[in-house]
Amino acid sequence: MGYPHKSHPRETPVLSKHFGDPDAISLDGWKKRGGYKALEQALNMEPSAIVDIVKASGLRGRGGAGFPTGVKWSFMRPGDGKPHYLCCNADESEPGTFKDREIMRWTPHALIEGCAVGAYAIGAETAYIYIRGEFTEPIQRMEAALKEAYAAGILGNNAMGTGKRVDVYVHKGAGAYICGEETALMNSLEGKRGNPRIKPPFPAVSGLFGQPTTINNVETLAAVPHILNNGAEWYKAMCLGSPKSTGSKLFSVCGNISKPGNYEITMGFPFKDFLYDLCGGPTQGRKFKAVIPGGCSVPIQTMEEAEATLMDYEGFVAQGTMLGSGGVIVFDDAQSIPRQMARLARFYAHESCAQCTQCREGTAWTTKIMERIVAGQGTFEDLDTLLELADNMTGKTICVLSDSCATVVTSGLQKFRHEFEALITGRRSSTVPMAVA
Amino acid sequence: MAETPMVNLTIEGLAVQVAAGTTILEAAKTAGVLIPHYCYHPSLPVAGVCRMCLVEVEKAPKLLPSCATTVAEGQVVHVYSEQALEARKGVLELLLINHPLDCPICDQSGECELQDYTFAEGRQDSRYREPKRFDPVEDFGGDVMYVGNRCILCTRCVRFMEDVHKDPVIEVQDRGDRARIGKAPDNDLTQAWAANVVDLCPVGALLSKDFLNKARAWELDRTASVCNGCSQGCNIVVETRDNVIMRYKPRANDDVNKHFMCDEGRLNYAWLNRPDRITWPQAAGAVTGWEGALASAATALKGKKAYVVVNPSLSNETLYALKQLIAKSGGAGYFSVVQGPEAPLPGVADLAVRADRAANATGAELLGFTRSASPLAKLTASDVLVLVDVQLSDADKAAAAKAAAVVVIGTALPQEIAGAAAVLPMTNYVEEDGTFTNLRGRVQRYLQAKATTGAARPAWYILSDLLSALGEKSEYFTASAAFDALAKAEPAFAGLSYDTLGLRGATIQGAQVTA
Repeated sequence: MGYPHKSHPRETPVLSKHFGDPDAISLDGWKKRGGYKALEQALNMEPSAIVDIVKASGLRGRGGAGFPTGVKWSFMRPGDGKPHYLCCNADESEPGTFKDREIMRWTPHALIEGCAVGAYAIGAETAYIYIRGEFTEPIQRMEAALKEAYAAGILGNNAMGTGKRVDVYVHKGAGAYICGEETALMNSLEGKRGNPRIKPPFPAVSGLFGQPTTINNVETLAAVPHILNNGAEWYKAMCLGSPKSTGSKLFSVCGNISKPGNYEITMGFPFKDFLYDLCGGPTQGRKFKAVIPGGCSVPIQTMEEAEATLMDYEGFVAQGTMLGSGGVIVFDDAQSIPRQMARLARFYAHESCAQCTQCREGTAWTTKIMERIVAGQGTFEDLDTLLELADNMTGKTICVLSDSCATVVTSGLQKFRHEFEALITGRRSSTVPMAVA
Repeated sequence: MAETPMVNLTIEGLAVQVAAGTTILEAAKTAGVLIPHYCYHPSLPVAGVCRMCLVEVEKAPKLLPSCATTVAEGQVVHVYSEQALEARKGVLELLLINHPLDCPICDQSGECELQDYTFAEGRQDSRYREPKRFDPVEDFGGDVMYVGNRCILCTRCVRFMEDVHKDPVIEVQDRGDRARIGKAPDNDLTQAWAANVVDLCPVGALLSKDFLNKARAWELDRTASVCNGCSQGCNIVVETRDNVIMRYKPRANDDVNKHFMCDEGRLNYAWLNRPDRITWPQAAGAVTGWEGALASAATALKGKKAYVVVNPSLSNETLYALKQLIAKSGGAGYFSVVQGPEAPLPGVADLAVRADRAANATGAELLGFTRSASPLAKLTASDVLVLVDVQLSDADKAAAAKAAAVVVIGTALPQEIAGAAAVLPMTNYVEEDGTFTNLRGRVQRYLQAKATTGAARPAWYILSDLLSALGEKSEYFTASAAFDALAKAEPAFAGLSYDTLGLRGATIQGAQVTA
């Protein structure tokens, strides 16, 4: 979707308030809309006070893991004599997710402000925004916005006239999905091959260039200025479900649905209303069959599960999946689940960094079996092999790419086994030919 | 330095105590448990990528890579629990799905960790029904060949070149199951220490071109030895088949060469197999028995000064016997050392191909021999020239003609000395036991790896007989006894014996410790 839709009345536009408003892109426009007030306020506060506010707000990482942001920031020990770094993970490569892209396209200054506040809060003087290489337009907008911010004295050696140094750099990725994994991102930033690192040591101890580092998602950092402006209580009050999930969350919706796009809702919003009311339900004459609600790495949901879900971290887990990055991929009844799963497996096989044996060989093998099943050459033995292979690929590798591929297979096979069996017994074959990537 | 605190843990039911900071894998070794692994190597940085060394640690939520997990007090580790065995079985199956299983034509067969662990813990069969990946064989230059099909991408070779050799010319290229080890364009593995990647490779993916298709691993006899190519004294294993040396391999010694040896030393073995040897003792050009030849040598030497020129790669034992000969006759001993460019291995302290391309110049100096570029310069017409395993330069040949008589103890005859009073065939260094003293004063033993040719005897044994013939009581029948006599007589070697040296060596008193 090239241009954002008009906000639905049931949305909670906080981050997305200015999506589609060309005036909000420039520094002047952004300042008119209340920009950089939070940074000015923050630079005159003790860093630990900012961390406390973020902790109190209940803000959790929006990149997928949902780790409490304030707690993450508190791992950075002030005054340890080492340079600290903040990395903003803008390598939004998770299939089905495109929320960070819109933040950077429409409100680049919101992200810069968030980065500057975050960097100051963790005792870092340097923040890197690692942007996915394919995001040409967001990169241009971010770079232009950075130039404006430096020219206006918002960033640099004397940020906003406070005498404090805050530098923000944009780094362009080279198109590897794995560089969205935080330690691979740091390797990539250092100019190395984007391979995830073994943990421990964790980034807060030894991260970028071996120094204490915090990595936050674009959406997480963009939310911070709003929290400072409106207070932790205001943010915490945005909650319709579990009290552990607070604030507003952007969901990117794509697939077989009437109104795909980015939607911002309060945590705990009913998923059924979201799909049928906000997003307009299935296209004409079709029915929903399944949803992957949090980017392709989370388990697929049947409609029964999806319609019973409250959209927050706990709500998705209660219905057999995860919130993930908030990339909602919808499949209607014309789709073959095995074919979709095979396509996802191929994605992981292509993007595996090739370090760990289970991932390098396992993702490729899974793909070959899945594609053979889709081509009508599968056997029932293959299904057992797939599940055993998935078990072997779970919880045994450096990062979770391998686990993600296994998740796709196991959840697909568990919930839509009949479709796989139908392909094997030949009662019904997939009508759409496999796309070649 | 404060003492490192110790940590107590249990591995496979065995109580283990190791220094804090030790990995579980290394701690298990101390308990005699070898946790299967591929990417881990004690002389390389930890990568943690093969996932073969996964073990179950009680109270840990999932299996842990033992190579990258440090020990903790009270830890209980299960190496062979069902969960750990299943995980490793899974890794082995995955490593083999694209592997060509061409063991019958693979040089690594018989010393392949993929074979070994598959036999120990792998599946009986494979469930893989798809076509296998194919990578063509690539010449990596130097002595190294890459067989991509067999590669398990453990990255030991990449880490060696990057972190130890500090010349990162190879890397993992591409991703997923298309990944392979690739070479930077226009760069070959011709660096001084590059062929170590062949030893480091746990499978048959990196092969020595020199050893290619020469022998099967199980046909080889292996003998602990020391490289005599330079004064570093890298510990090696001499591998022979049917009395012919097939290859050298480095032998681990953390105090000298870690797990490495240089390419020059590695490929410097063919001369030890040469067929044109002196095989029988000769006196005045005629083949005689040992007695005749020794008597002829003794007659020539009687009452004359012995002017001894030695090869600086002779054993300490031989040099000591020669020292006695010199002392008895009032002569002198000289040697010259072939020089070559120094080539350090940057990632290991004090390890280099040394300029002195000889094994025992230090020992020769300690035993009173004089280093000289022209070792025959001071030869006078009244001296008896004793040449011990030396090849003469043109200038030296002319000088040698001056001598009253010439006694040759050697492995191959210098043609120009055909008129020697006695020619006594000696063993070369892989055919005898002995010791060298390296440039840091470390005395290291080498063991006999093959039988000798003809009637050749170790030089110290010949000299012992010769000294006896000259009236000096000198009766050693083993290299060990010869060394004991040396240790007794020479203060520098005091306190050393073959027992105390073991196979790792020991440093002489007052020696310069690691630079």
